Amino acid sequence: MPKPKMTFVERLYLPEISKGLALTSRHFFRNLWHHSLASLGLESRDRAMVTIAYPEVRRPYPLVARSRHRLTKREDGSPKCVACMMCATACPADCIFIEAEEHPDPAIEKRPRHFDIDMSKCVYCGFCVEACPEDAIRMDTGSFELAYFDRKGLVYDKEFLLNDDPHAVPAHAEPLSRGN
Amino acid sequence: MHTALDSLNAAMSAHPLLVQALAAVAKTVFMMTVVMLIGGLILSWVERKQSAIMQDRIGANRAAILGVRAWGLFHNLADAAKGILKEDFIPPDANPFLHTLAPFLAVSTAVVAFAVLPFGGTVHLWGQSVDLTIAPLPIGILFVWAMMGMGVYGVVLAGYVSNNKFSLLGCLRATAQVISYEVATGLTVLGALLFYRSLDFRDMVAWQMGHNLGQVPFLGHLPDLGAVLAHIPAWGVFLQPLGFVLFFTATIVEMTRIPFDLPEGESEIIGYNIEYSGMKFMIFMMSEFVESLLFAWVIVLVFFGGWSLPGLHLGDGVAVLFGHALPYASGVALEAAAMALKIVFFLWFQMLVRWSLPRFRYDQIMHLGWKIMLPLALANLAVTGVLGVLAR
Repeated sequence: MPKPKMTFVERLYLPEISKGLALTSRHFFRNLWHHSLASLGLESRDRAMVTIAYPEVRRPYPLVARSRHRLTKREDGSPKCVACMMCATACPADCIFIEAEEHPDPAIEKRPRHFDIDMSKCVYCGFCVEACPEDAIRMDTGSFELAYFDRKGLVYDKEFLLNDDPHAVPAHAEPLSRGN
Repeated sequence: MHTALDSLNAAMSAHPLLVQALAAVAKTVFMMTVVMLIGGLILSWVERKQSAIMQDRIGANRAAILGVRAWGLFHNLADAAKGILKEDFIPPDANPFLHTLAPFLAVSTAVVAFAVLPFGGTVHLWGQSVDLTIAPLPIGILFVWAMMGMGVYGVVLAGYVSNNKFSLLGCLRATAQVISYEVATGLTVLGALLFYRSLDFRDMVAWQMGHNLGQVPFLGHLPDLGAVLAHIPAWGVFLQPLGFVLFFTATIVEMTRIPFDLPEGESEIIGYNIEYSGMKFMIFMMSEFVESLLFAWVIVLVFFGGWSLPGLHLGDGVAVLFGHALPYASGVALEAAAMALKIVFFLWFQMLVRWSLPRFRYDQIMHLGWKIMLPLALANLAVTGVLGVLAR
């Protein structure tokens, strides 16, 4: 692609940077005005900025956003999962580890003895949710803040995956930060 | 109470040397407080907050003392505490003495230059006239340039003794850049000095206060316009608009701030200060802020009439604002406020430039310095000189 030719005025440099400085100073004075009004309690501070004060304020995530997994439950509170290994097979990151055992109810063939997801490997593709024939695994907790001092904190076991609290922290892990 | 004041007055009148000595101490303390407070504390807060407001952000506001955040002002204290508590690392092969000396050389030369900058005219105390300058040098501006030239030694030393090739490259870039633009810095301001016929900052301000554009040769003789121009003060910026733009650009290069921050290039190319940590690194940062205050001050003195306020005239014990008499003290206060506002404006403008423009490439800096600014400065000087001779 040919380099666009600059006009003489553009090559003078000063008129062009004056435009840039005018733009940034316009932002400065506009935001300063809104900050001043906000300090007097006349309007919300949101008008003076596009950022959010993150840990205290969060953007609403869309419902279809894929977040940390959870295992859905039967009415008695046990996992719906039948340990068919479909999710573990579909997983491209190879991060789901299931150990099956016999279910005491003869109508149900199997249940997971262990169901671990290594979140440090997970790529959040959602294939496990698509693959599940029992609607036993979902990615709708709204939890994205997976940060721990130890890799072990990122290996979620069955008991932890059964809760759907977005701020839950595994008992064996020390979190880097905890949202409010 | 009255007797104490009377005896103080009597003592002061009886010992003129004591007045001068106390005034010298007071001036020094005042100037150092201003420089350290603005250069060391306020400007880093301004940098954080102004950039944030320009970019639609809030800026640093989390540091708090007992829940009071004070618009992020405490971040400076947190910075200072961090700088002091951090490990003071000296590379194993570096010379510890020179490595420690470098940041102090960089900041002290910038601070010393404030000695010749006046912060007001002359005041009369107990029969003594006191110049509001720590050291009223007749060659003030030359002293500032000399100290500016010395400032690069700190940078050179820092890069040279760190025993690190990246710091060495950074200090070479810094040296080449600062030395190239010293030529332009000197030449651009010479045009204004042709008008003032003095190197003393106090004379420059006095000239700008005592003249208006109607008295300037050629401008004043323009039909119709001459009468209008007589109401405009003859500030350097009106007499030397090109000189002002060039000088302002050159000062940004001299203090090595964005868009001319090739010596540091903190975001991509690393610079002379990579082997510095903790407080020593912060002293390098501080020297930049002190220089930015220094140049804002010099620009106000040379191009914006110093403490002069259009319409305000201070005589012997009387102040007149647009024909209305004012108490002398409020006249002095107005002058001080005018000076402070002008300096604040230029500090703001320097920050605006620093947070708006992208960095120049190294060859572009050299091209701008030698092939554009130097010829323009020479042409500006030549035209000013020729017009000055013709006007005689």
